[in-house]
Amino acid sequence: MTAVTAAEAPARTSRRARNRARELAGKTGWTVLGWVVGIAFFLPVLWMVITAFKPESAAETWPPKFTFSPTLAQFRVVFDGMGPYLEHSTIATIGSTILVLVLAVPAAYALAIRPVKHWRDGLFFFISTKMLPIVAAIGPLYVIALKAHLLDTIWVLIILYAAMNLPLAIWMIRSFMLEVPTEMLEAARLDGAGRIREIIEVIMPVVIPGVVSTALICVIFAWNELFLAINLTVTNAATMPMFLISSVPQEGLYIAHLSAAATVASVPVIIVGWIAQRSLVRGLSMGAIK
Amino acid sequence: MAGVNYMAASRVYAKGAPPAVDALDLDIKDGEFMVLVGPSGSGKTTALRMLAGLEPLDGGRIEIAGRDVSDVQPKDRDIAMVFQNYALYPSKTVAENMGFALKMQHVPKDERDRRVREAARILNLDESMLSRKPKQLSGGQRQRVAMGRAIVREPKVFLMDEPLSNLDAKLRVQTRSQIAELQRRLGITTVYVTHDQVEAMTMGHRVAVLSDGKLQQCASPRELYDNPVNQFVAGFIGSPAMNLQTAPLTDGGATLAGTVIPLAAPVRAAAARDQLSEIVLGIRPEHLHLAAEGRYPDTAGQDGAGLADLTGEVLLVEELGADALLHVRLAGGDPVVARAEGRKPPGPGTRVTFRVDPADVFAFHPVTGARLAG
Repeated sequence: MTAVTAAEAPARTSRRARNRARELAGKTGWTVLGWVVGIAFFLPVLWMVITAFKPESAAETWPPKFTFSPTLAQFRVVFDGMGPYLEHSTIATIGSTILVLVLAVPAAYALAIRPVKHWRDGLFFFISTKMLPIVAAIGPLYVIALKAHLLDTIWVLIILYAAMNLPLAIWMIRSFMLEVPTEMLEAARLDGAGRIREIIEVIMPVVIPGVVSTALICVIFAWNELFLAINLTVTNAATMPMFLISSVPQEGLYIAHLSAAATVASVPVIIVGWIAQRSLVRGLSMGAIK
Repeated sequence: MAGVNYMAASRVYAKGAPPAVDALDLDIKDGEFMVLVGPSGSGKTTALRMLAGLEPLDGGRIEIAGRDVSDVQPKDRDIAMVFQNYALYPSKTVAENMGFALKMQHVPKDERDRRVREAARILNLDESMLSRKPKQLSGGQRQRVAMGRAIVREPKVFLMDEPLSNLDAKLRVQTRSQIAELQRRLGITTVYVTHDQVEAMTMGHRVAVLSDGKLQQCASPRELYDNPVNQFVAGFIGSPAMNLQTAPLTDGGATLAGTVIPLAAPVRAAAARDQLSEIVLGIRPEHLHLAAEGRYPDTAGQDGAGLADLTGEVLLVEELGADALLHVRLAGGDPVVARAEGRKPPGPGTRVTFRVDPADVFAFHPVTGARLAG
């Protein structure tokens, strides 16, 4: 009897130890994987920032140099040239985002709170516009912009960026509006709130975090957009991504200069993303699930 | 002066589906506390929402204070509703929540403040609470704010949709009596929906029992308990539920657990008319008197029809303190629940004999469930 127990006890202990070791190994594995993926994403950004502070001569050496005397020379050149681009990008981004919100909130209301007839078709139509490759539309867009005398104006970008972001914004805001409790809307109806009051006083306070995160996503997408800008504008409405391209000269060294320009161009997006990270993640995943 | 009148009011959600509310006729008097009760899916909430204007009518009409409101907007019906989940506006303070309807009616600010304060006083809501947001309140406080929002409007009719179901048991009992007392004080016609028959019995002046969209019976709580019109009402009202057993008819009565329970002449006549071979007997748990204790109610012995003895074996005892519930299998194999005095209930496995006064036994039609007049 005692012998059996004595033999069993170490076996049980070693089994428990093995389980614990396996659990620990699993945890460590995930942690390592997480770090590897994280670093893989972060390293190029770090590389860009470091390179931006290098003199041009040290930027393109192989193997890469880690000791160099940092310089702000590239940034000086960037800041000198980017003024109009920054202005155009800011106007196009903010203008289009405001337009998106003005259109998306009522649209989401009509698709979520008081669904119109055929709301499913409407919802699908909005997202279907994202299925067409933008390259296929650029020809007609160019012609329309030309005829409307909008080529190389900030208006063409505001309108197109709004159109580009509208489907996503409608889907996201709709999913936030679906979370507004039905009883609350009914209470508002009984309290005598009209449609405008209902939206402003009852629905908006509940969905405002969602609307903000939607706006931030629109800002990021509009800020980073290059294809439409490069095809429809030249100088009068050229944006920051075009500035990056323009900093690549025909000949000579340019990596450090490009890195500095790219760093500057990334700063607003990084700031916006950082401010909004919590609601952004929620907004993105909600749009995905619902 | 505002009564509510449902006149053959119907609501059909989908074509071909049975109506959620089927030609409901209900006359609610001014100042009355009317409870709509029924199991889920009985149409009680739909009936309330039709009165609120949140559901359209597919037939019939509804009048408030003699005015047909069937096509009137909810806000113009002069009603106030308390929702199950309170439906408070999370971004507004308690005072703003309570005053919102008045603001929509363009009531001046000082008048609004005065009425909000008055409602807060009636509900014992602290002044400091008025500037808080709903999420800073406890469940019970939120419930009171929801009540306050209704009171502030000084409506013709209060509508309440299971307003206590989110409170814990103790608070629910407390709030139950507070609401009943408040309604009595304000004298405002109230329609109250609940699935809890205890709530219905304790709060309502009259109780309307619904099942499958149809009104089964509308009467005072006492009347529902003493004179249910059919098997559904009999089984629904009363806790624990009435024991319902199918019993074959014999000469002069029906046989239950080997004992003939005498039935009144009108019941026998009704059964004979429908050529029934068996009927459903209903006996409330409190009417099964333990014979072993030799304690009979005074009324029992006076009945000329005599008493019936039912024997069985105790399966399970549920102690409730003041009394105990005995789950018993009768000699015929039928399970019943009996209420016994809490002090010394017989333990499981004990053989017991119950005395039943035939006057306490209800008889129902086995197919239609209708009460056989007794």
